Amino acid sequence: MVVDEAPNADLVFHALADATRRDILAVATQEELSVSGLARRYPMSVTAVQKHVAVLEKAHLVTRRRHGREQLVRAVPDGLAAARNALDQLTSLWRGRLDRMAALLDNPDTGGTR
Amino acid sequence: MTVTAVHKDLDACTLTVSAEFDHPVERVWQLWADPRQLERWWGPPMWPATFTAHSLAVGEMCRYHMTGPDGEQSHGWWRVRTVDAPVLLEVEDGFAGPDGEPNPAMPTTGMQVTLAPRAGGGTSVAIVSTLASADDLVRMAEMGMEEGLKLAMGQMDAILAE
Repeated sequence: MVVDEAPNADLVFHALADATRRDILAVATQEELSVSGLARRYPMSVTAVQKHVAVLEKAHLVTRRRHGREQLVRAVPDGLAAARNALDQLTSLWRGRLDRMAALLDNPDTGGTR
Repeated sequence: MTVTAVHKDLDACTLTVSAEFDHPVERVWQLWADPRQLERWWGPPMWPATFTAHSLAVGEMCRYHMTGPDGEQSHGWWRVRTVDAPVLLEVEDGFAGPDGEPNPAMPTTGMQVTLAPRAGGGTSVAIVSTLASADDLVRMAEMGMEEGLKLAMGQMDAILAE
Protein backbone atom coordinates (compact mmCIF):
# COMPACT_ATOMS: atom_id res chain seq x y z
CA MET A 1 0.00 0.00 0.00
CA VAL A 2 1.36 3.37 -0.97
CA VAL A 3 0.19 6.55 0.69
CA ASP A 4 1.26 9.87 -0.68
CA GLU A 5 -1.07 12.11 1.23
CA ALA A 6 -0.82 12.17 5.01
CA PRO A 7 -4.09 12.25 6.91
CA ASN A 8 -4.14 15.18 9.26
CA ALA A 9 -5.85 15.56 12.58
CA ASP A 10 -8.45 17.94 11.12
CA LEU A 11 -9.63 15.26 8.69
CA VAL A 12 -9.85 12.67 11.46
CA PHE A 13 -11.75 14.95 13.84
CA HIS A 14 -14.08 16.08 11.07
CA ALA A 15 -14.75 12.45 10.15
CA LEU A 16 -15.52 11.49 13.75
CA ALA A 17 -17.67 14.56 14.44
CA ASP A 18 -20.73 12.90 12.88
CA ALA A 19 -22.75 10.20 14.68
CA THR A 20 -23.54 8.27 11.48
CA ARG A 21 -19.88 8.18 10.50
CA ARG A 22 -18.91 7.00 13.98
CA ASP A 23 -21.49 4.24 13.67
CA ILE A 24 -20.28 3.25 10.20
CA LEU A 25 -16.74 3.07 11.56
CA ALA A 26 -17.84 0.92 14.51
CA VAL A 27 -19.70 -1.46 12.19
CA ALA A 28 -16.80 -1.56 9.69
CA THR A 29 -14.46 -2.55 12.51
CA GLN A 30 -16.50 -5.71 13.09
CA GLU A 31 -17.05 -6.80 9.49
CA GLU A 32 -16.59 -5.77 5.90
CA LEU A 33 -19.84 -4.26 4.66
CA SER A 34 -21.15 -3.13 1.31
CA VAL A 35 -22.18 0.49 0.82
CA SER A 36 -25.69 -0.68 -0.16
CA GLY A 37 -25.82 -2.82 3.00
CA LEU A 38 -24.86 0.22 5.06
CA ALA A 39 -27.54 2.27 3.33
CA ARG A 40 -30.17 -0.19 4.57
CA ARG A 41 -29.03 0.39 8.15
CA TYR A 42 -29.58 4.13 8.03
CA PRO A 43 -32.53 6.21 6.86
CA MET A 44 -30.57 7.64 3.98
CA SER A 45 -29.74 7.07 0.33
CA VAL A 46 -26.80 5.06 -0.99
CA THR A 47 -25.34 8.34 -2.25
CA ALA A 48 -25.50 9.87 1.21
CA VAL A 49 -23.81 6.81 2.74
CA GLN A 50 -21.17 6.96 0.02
CA LYS A 51 -20.42 10.55 0.99
CA HIS A 52 -19.98 9.55 4.65
CA VAL A 53 -17.72 6.66 3.65
CA ALA A 54 -15.66 9.02 1.46
CA VAL A 55 -15.08 11.32 4.46
CA LEU A 56 -13.93 8.34 6.58
CA GLU A 57 -11.73 7.15 3.74
CA LYS A 58 -10.11 10.57 3.33
CA ALA A 59 -9.21 10.46 7.03
CA HIS A 60 -7.68 7.01 6.45
CA LEU A 61 -10.12 5.44 8.92
CA VAL A 62 -11.66 3.02 6.41
CA THR A 63 -10.68 1.52 3.08
CA ARG A 64 -12.97 0.78 0.18
CA ARG A 65 -12.58 -2.02 -2.37
CA ARG A 66 -14.63 -3.08 -5.31
CA HIS A 67 -16.17 -6.57 -5.29
CA GLY A 68 -18.28 -7.19 -8.36
CA ARG A 69 -20.92 -4.48 -8.37
CA GLU A 70 -20.49 -3.82 -4.68
CA GLN A 71 -18.18 -1.47 -2.85
CA LEU A 72 -16.96 -3.06 0.38
CA VAL A 73 -15.95 -0.91 3.34
CA ARG A 74 -13.64 -1.99 6.13
CA ALA A 75 -12.03 -0.12 9.03
CA VAL A 76 -8.29 0.37 8.88
CA PRO A 77 -6.79 -1.75 11.68
CA ASP A 78 -5.22 0.13 14.61
CA GLY A 79 -1.79 -1.34 13.92
CA LEU A 80 -1.86 -0.07 10.37
CA ALA A 81 -2.99 3.35 11.55
CA ALA A 82 -0.12 3.40 14.06
CA ALA A 83 2.39 2.49 11.35
CA ARG A 84 0.96 5.22 9.14
CA ASN A 85 1.29 7.74 11.94
CA ALA A 86 4.86 6.64 12.51
CA LEU A 87 5.66 7.22 8.84
CA ASP A 88 4.03 10.66 9.07
CA GLN A 89 6.16 11.45 12.08
CA LEU A 90 9.32 10.34 10.28
CA THR A 91 8.28 12.57 7.38
CA SER A 92 7.95 15.56 9.73
CA LEU A 93 11.38 14.79 11.15
CA TRP A 94 12.97 14.82 7.68
CA ARG A 95 11.08 17.92 6.55
CA GLY A 96 12.50 19.68 9.60
CA ARG A 97 15.98 18.40 8.91
CA LEU A 98 15.82 19.51 5.28
CA ASP A 99 14.63 22.96 6.37
CA ARG A 100 17.57 23.23 8.75
CA MET A 101 20.00 22.02 6.05
CA ALA A 102 18.70 24.75 3.74
CA ALA A 103 19.02 27.40 6.46
CA LEU A 104 22.55 26.25 7.15
CA LEU A 105 23.52 26.35 3.45
CA ASP A 106 22.05 29.82 3.06
CA ASN A 107 23.45 31.18 6.32
CA PRO A 108 26.51 29.19 7.41
CA ASP A 109 26.96 31.37 10.49
CA THR A 110 23.43 31.47 11.84
CA GLY A 111 21.34 28.77 10.09
CA GLY A 112 20.25 25.46 11.58
CA THR A 113 20.19 24.43 15.22
CA ARG A 114 22.51 26.51 17.38
CA MET B 1 15.27 24.18 -0.87
CA THR B 2 12.15 22.50 -2.17
CA VAL B 3 10.78 19.15 -1.05
CA THR B 4 9.94 17.63 -4.43
CA ALA B 5 8.43 14.30 -3.36
CA VAL B 6 7.43 12.33 -0.29
CA HIS B 7 6.77 8.65 -0.85
CA LYS B 8 5.49 6.53 2.02
CA ASP B 9 5.39 2.78 1.52
CA LEU B 10 3.73 1.00 4.43
CA ASP B 11 4.30 -2.48 3.02
CA ALA B 12 8.02 -1.97 2.61
CA CYS B 13 8.24 0.24 5.74
CA THR B 14 10.16 2.86 3.82
CA LEU B 15 9.98 6.60 3.53
CA THR B 16 11.59 8.41 0.62
CA VAL B 17 11.93 12.17 0.80
CA SER B 18 13.31 13.99 -2.22
CA ALA B 19 14.42 17.61 -2.23
CA GLU B 20 16.33 20.08 -4.34
CA PHE B 21 18.98 22.50 -3.14
CA ASP B 22 20.51 25.42 -5.01
CA HIS B 23 24.00 24.51 -3.79
CA PRO B 24 26.43 22.17 -5.56
CA VAL B 25 26.76 18.48 -4.63
CA GLU B 26 30.12 18.93 -2.88
CA ARG B 27 28.65 21.63 -0.64
CA VAL B 28 25.55 19.58 0.28
CA TRP B 29 27.76 16.54 1.00
CA GLN B 30 29.58 18.62 3.63
CA LEU B 31 26.33 18.78 5.64
CA TRP B 32 26.89 15.07 6.30
CA ALA B 33 30.67 14.83 6.12
CA ASP B 34 31.48 17.68 8.52
CA PRO B 35 30.25 16.74 12.00
CA ARG B 36 30.05 20.40 13.08
CA GLN B 37 27.60 21.07 10.23
CA LEU B 38 25.79 17.77 10.72
CA GLU B 39 25.03 18.52 14.34
CA ARG B 40 23.35 21.78 13.36
CA TRP B 41 20.58 20.01 11.47
CA TRP B 42 20.36 16.42 12.76
CA GLY B 43 18.58 17.18 16.02
CA PRO B 44 15.41 19.24 16.34
CA PRO B 45 15.84 22.80 17.65
CA MET B 46 15.09 21.84 21.25
CA TRP B 47 17.26 18.72 21.00
CA PRO B 48 20.56 19.76 19.36
CA ALA B 49 22.90 16.91 18.44
CA THR B 50 26.55 16.52 19.36
CA PHE B 51 28.63 14.01 17.41
CA THR B 52 31.37 12.65 19.66
CA ALA B 53 32.69 10.23 17.02
CA HIS B 54 32.29 10.74 13.27
CA SER B 55 34.07 9.07 10.39
CA LEU B 56 32.36 8.32 7.09
CA ALA B 57 34.31 5.18 6.25
CA VAL B 58 32.69 1.78 5.75
CA GLY B 59 32.32 -0.10 9.03
CA GLU B 60 32.97 2.94 11.23
CA MET B 61 30.72 3.77 14.17
CA CYS B 62 29.63 7.38 14.53
CA ARG B 63 28.28 8.30 17.94
CA TYR B 64 26.05 11.18 18.91
CA HIS B 65 23.77 12.42 21.61
CA MET B 66 20.96 14.91 21.57
CA THR B 67 20.44 17.19 24.54
CA GLY B 68 16.91 18.13 25.54
CA PRO B 69 15.61 21.34 27.08
CA ASP B 70 16.09 20.04 30.63
CA GLY B 71 19.59 18.77 29.95
CA GLU B 72 18.47 15.16 29.46
CA GLN B 73 20.44 13.26 26.85
CA SER B 74 19.36 10.77 24.23
CA HIS B 75 22.18 8.73 22.70
CA GLY B 76 22.39 7.33 19.20
CA TRP B 77 24.81 5.86 16.72
CA TRP B 78 25.40 5.33 13.03
CA ARG B 79 27.19 2.39 11.50
CA VAL B 80 28.50 3.35 8.07
CA ARG B 81 27.47 0.79 5.46
CA THR B 82 28.37 2.38 2.11
CA VAL B 83 30.20 5.55 1.15
CA ASP B 84 30.79 7.00 -2.29
CA ALA B 85 31.64 10.63 -1.63
CA PRO B 86 30.09 12.99 -2.52
CA VAL B 87 27.05 11.17 -3.94
CA LEU B 88 26.11 8.20 -1.75
CA LEU B 89 25.97 7.45 1.96
CA GLU B 90 24.27 4.52 3.65
CA VAL B 91 24.24 4.17 7.41
CA GLU B 92 22.32 2.23 10.02
CA ASP B 93 21.00 4.62 12.67
CA GLY B 94 20.13 3.31 16.10
CA PHE B 95 19.39 4.15 19.70
CA ALA B 96 22.04 3.81 22.37
CA GLY B 97 21.97 3.52 26.12
CA PRO B 98 23.25 6.24 28.48
CA ASP B 99 26.75 4.74 28.07
CA GLY B 100 26.56 5.44 24.32
CA GLU B 101 26.60 1.74 23.44
CA PRO B 102 23.99 0.48 20.94
CA ASN B 103 20.79 -0.73 22.56
CA PRO B 104 20.13 -4.11 20.91
CA ALA B 105 16.52 -4.12 22.13
CA MET B 106 15.66 -1.07 20.02
CA PRO B 107 14.92 -1.02 16.28
CA THR B 108 17.40 0.52 13.87
CA THR B 109 16.69 2.60 10.78
CA GLY B 110 18.50 2.17 7.49
CA MET B 111 19.24 5.56 5.96
CA GLN B 112 20.38 5.98 2.38
CA VAL B 113 21.32 9.42 1.06
CA THR B 114 21.84 9.97 -2.66
CA LEU B 115 23.02 13.29 -4.08
CA ALA B 116 22.92 14.12 -7.78
CA PRO B 117 23.80 17.30 -9.66
CA ARG B 118 20.85 19.08 -11.26
CA ALA B 119 20.97 20.35 -14.79
CA GLY B 120 21.58 24.07 -14.51
CA GLY B 121 23.17 23.82 -11.06
CA GLY B 122 22.17 22.70 -7.62
CA THR B 123 21.64 19.27 -6.12
CA SER B 124 18.87 16.70 -5.97
CA VAL B 125 18.78 14.80 -2.69
CA ALA B 126 16.91 11.57 -2.02
CA ILE B 127 16.78 10.20 1.51
CA VAL B 128 15.38 6.70 2.00
CA SER B 129 14.61 5.52 5.53
CA THR B 130 13.90 1.81 5.96
CA LEU B 131 12.61 -0.05 9.01
CA ALA B 132 12.65 -3.83 9.31
CA SER B 133 8.93 -4.11 10.10
CA ALA B 134 5.80 -2.09 10.79
CA ASP B 135 6.28 -2.94 14.45
CA ASP B 136 9.80 -1.47 14.40
CA LEU B 137 8.44 1.59 12.63
CA VAL B 138 5.91 2.19 15.40
CA ARG B 139 8.44 1.56 18.17
CA MET B 140 10.95 3.91 16.58
CA ALA B 141 8.32 6.65 16.37
CA GLU B 142 7.18 6.06 19.96
CA MET B 143 10.76 6.31 21.16
CA GLY B 144 11.24 9.51 19.20
CA MET B 145 8.07 10.91 20.71
CA GLU B 146 9.23 10.10 24.24
CA GLU B 147 12.33 12.09 23.52
CA GLY B 148 10.32 15.12 22.64
CA LEU B 149 11.20 15.03 18.98
CA LYS B 150 7.64 15.41 17.89
CA LEU B 151 7.01 18.32 20.23
CA ALA B 152 10.06 20.03 18.87
CA MET B 153 8.79 19.89 15.29
CA GLY B 154 6.37 22.74 15.76
CA GLN B 155 9.10 24.97 17.09
CA MET B 156 11.09 24.70 13.89
CA ASP B 157 9.56 27.68 12.15
CA ALA B 158 10.12 29.97 15.10
CA ILE B 159 13.80 29.05 15.23
CA LEU B 160 14.28 29.41 11.50
CA ALA B 161 12.56 32.79 11.53
CA GLU B 162 15.06 34.21 14.04
